[in-house]
Amino acid sequence: MSALTFTLKTRPEQRVDMSPLVCHQLENLEPADIAAIKLHCGKKKLRVDELFTISGFDAKHIQIKNSFSKLDYIGKDLDGGVIHVEGDVGAYCGMGMKKGVINIFGNAGLYAGCEMKKGLLEITGNAGDFLGGALAGNKMGMKGGLILVKGNAGDRVGDHLRRGTILIQGSVGDYCGSRMIAGTIAIMGNTGKFLGYSMRRGTLLLWNSPKLSANFNDCGSHTLAFLPILFKSFSELNSSFANAENAFNRVQRFAGDMSEIGRGEILVKL
Amino acid sequence: MIINGVQIDATFAEAFPMKGTRAIITAQNEKWAIIAAQAMTGFATSVIACGCEAGIERILTPDETPDGRPGVAIMIFAMGGKGLAKQLETRAGQCVLTSPTSALFAGIDGGIRIPLGKNLRYFGDGFQTSKVISGKRYWRIPVMDGEFLAEATTGQVDAVGGGNFLVLAQSQPQALAACEAAIEEMKKIPNVIMPFPGGVVRSGSKVGSKYKTLNASTNDAFCPTLKGSTPKTDLSPEVESVMEIVIDGLTKEDIDKAMRVGIQAVCNLGVENGITRISAGNYGGKLGPFHFHLQEIMA
Repeated sequence: MSALTFTLKTRPEQRVDMSPLVCHQLENLEPADIAAIKLHCGKKKLRVDELFTISGFDAKHIQIKNSFSKLDYIGKDLDGGVIHVEGDVGAYCGMGMKKGVINIFGNAGLYAGCEMKKGLLEITGNAGDFLGGALAGNKMGMKGGLILVKGNAGDRVGDHLRRGTILIQGSVGDYCGSRMIAGTIAIMGNTGKFLGYSMRRGTLLLWNSPKLSANFNDCGSHTLAFLPILFKSFSELNSSFANAENAFNRVQRFAGDMSEIGRGEILVKL
Repeated sequence: MIINGVQIDATFAEAFPMKGTRAIITAQNEKWAIIAAQAMTGFATSVIACGCEAGIERILTPDETPDGRPGVAIMIFAMGGKGLAKQLETRAGQCVLTSPTSALFAGIDGGIRIPLGKNLRYFGDGFQTSKVISGKRYWRIPVMDGEFLAEATTGQVDAVGGGNFLVLAQSQPQALAACEAAIEEMKKIPNVIMPFPGGVVRSGSKVGSKYKTLNASTNDAFCPTLKGSTPKTDLSPEVESVMEIVIDGLTKEDIDKAMRVGIQAVCNLGVENGITRISAGNYGGKLGPFHFHLQEIMA
């Protein structure tokens, strides 16, 4: 059965809330019912078929073509299935997703994967600020699953991260891992200022030496037994994280943030 | 039934339901993985007084272990789930946590989850941290040689304990040589352990005793020095030594396989090496629900 495909006809001026177009909500709907779903676009409500050409039937495998940076909430609360996006996406992509896979062949806006609980969010381009973070005012960011960014990410990556893994092949902005509660963020590129600001627990795994604040204490160089297991878990990914040559188990360990409970760690490849 | 001159008795081994689990111990090299595994499975020959029965299942190559280091798979069996969990935890804490360079992982993914490193983490005194990787939780406990890594839980499954057979021989060296040959082959069968020293027990027991405080005593029917002393003797004049191999396994089929290869190895030595009979221990079939009929196994 061919994938249920939404091809954007024209780019609207206002932002579009794409949250109704997720696999589990479309599974038992007829094509006419899907076409009649109303999407918020600014202060208007537009029918899906006003914005998109619809083809295909398999609601467990959704494709969004000609996507651009004003399509928000793609894959919000996704509860199984695959969403494949060609083009950029707006803010809140994969927010709160429970399971399934979202592949974005483009860039993602703010808050991608924020508060997601499980599943895989893969972004081939760059990601905006608050990747895997918590919504403003909330105390917990991503609670599980895996986010893979092949490009760079903005500021506040993994803000309030509770559990789960964020992998970034490129570089990140400032305040990466800020207020982390637990979980893992791995960064192959460079990191900005205030790395791990106010982090409580969790691991920041780095390939390049960071500029650390005074709140992190050097614990020396170590060979850590959990790292081979962590890298083995990446082996199925379509990413340089899966490349065994990029794996290591020898690190310099820094503990912090000492202005918090100091149980977090920054591990830098030796 | 006679195989290579060895009589296979028309009897059966009687076994009992147990709870079983498997753990994987890794270390910097095979030597230290084996040391930790031997410590963890020590004093675990029989549930009669040890609280559990445990043994090394097999040596693992680095590509078979979760952390890519040399390892050993060990199995522990007990009469109940609570007893098994307690034995697993105390043995892991005293024997593996303490062993240099060791790490400890689950050996069974399904079943009821019982603590492996889940409570050992408190040894970390607040400095322990956990990592959830591919849905499994691991505890990183800081210790003096670095970090002790232990998976939080392992699986407990229904199992079978007490499969056995007796090797009757014309001399003690011949009985031991036959048992050694059997154990060599039985070690190749997965999902089973032979918990006694070297896999062989020379002091098989019967249920009960003339002394009220004992619930097991020597199996006088198979003691060669009592041939003329006990009316229950089951030994012919030429038998001078009897040894037993006890098998615990995850399923009846696993024990079947182990008994078949073990008995076959003994029979391969044959009567010319002093092996006269293969028999088995049972309680008349009234106590254990699993019956291993020797002649059916060897048919």
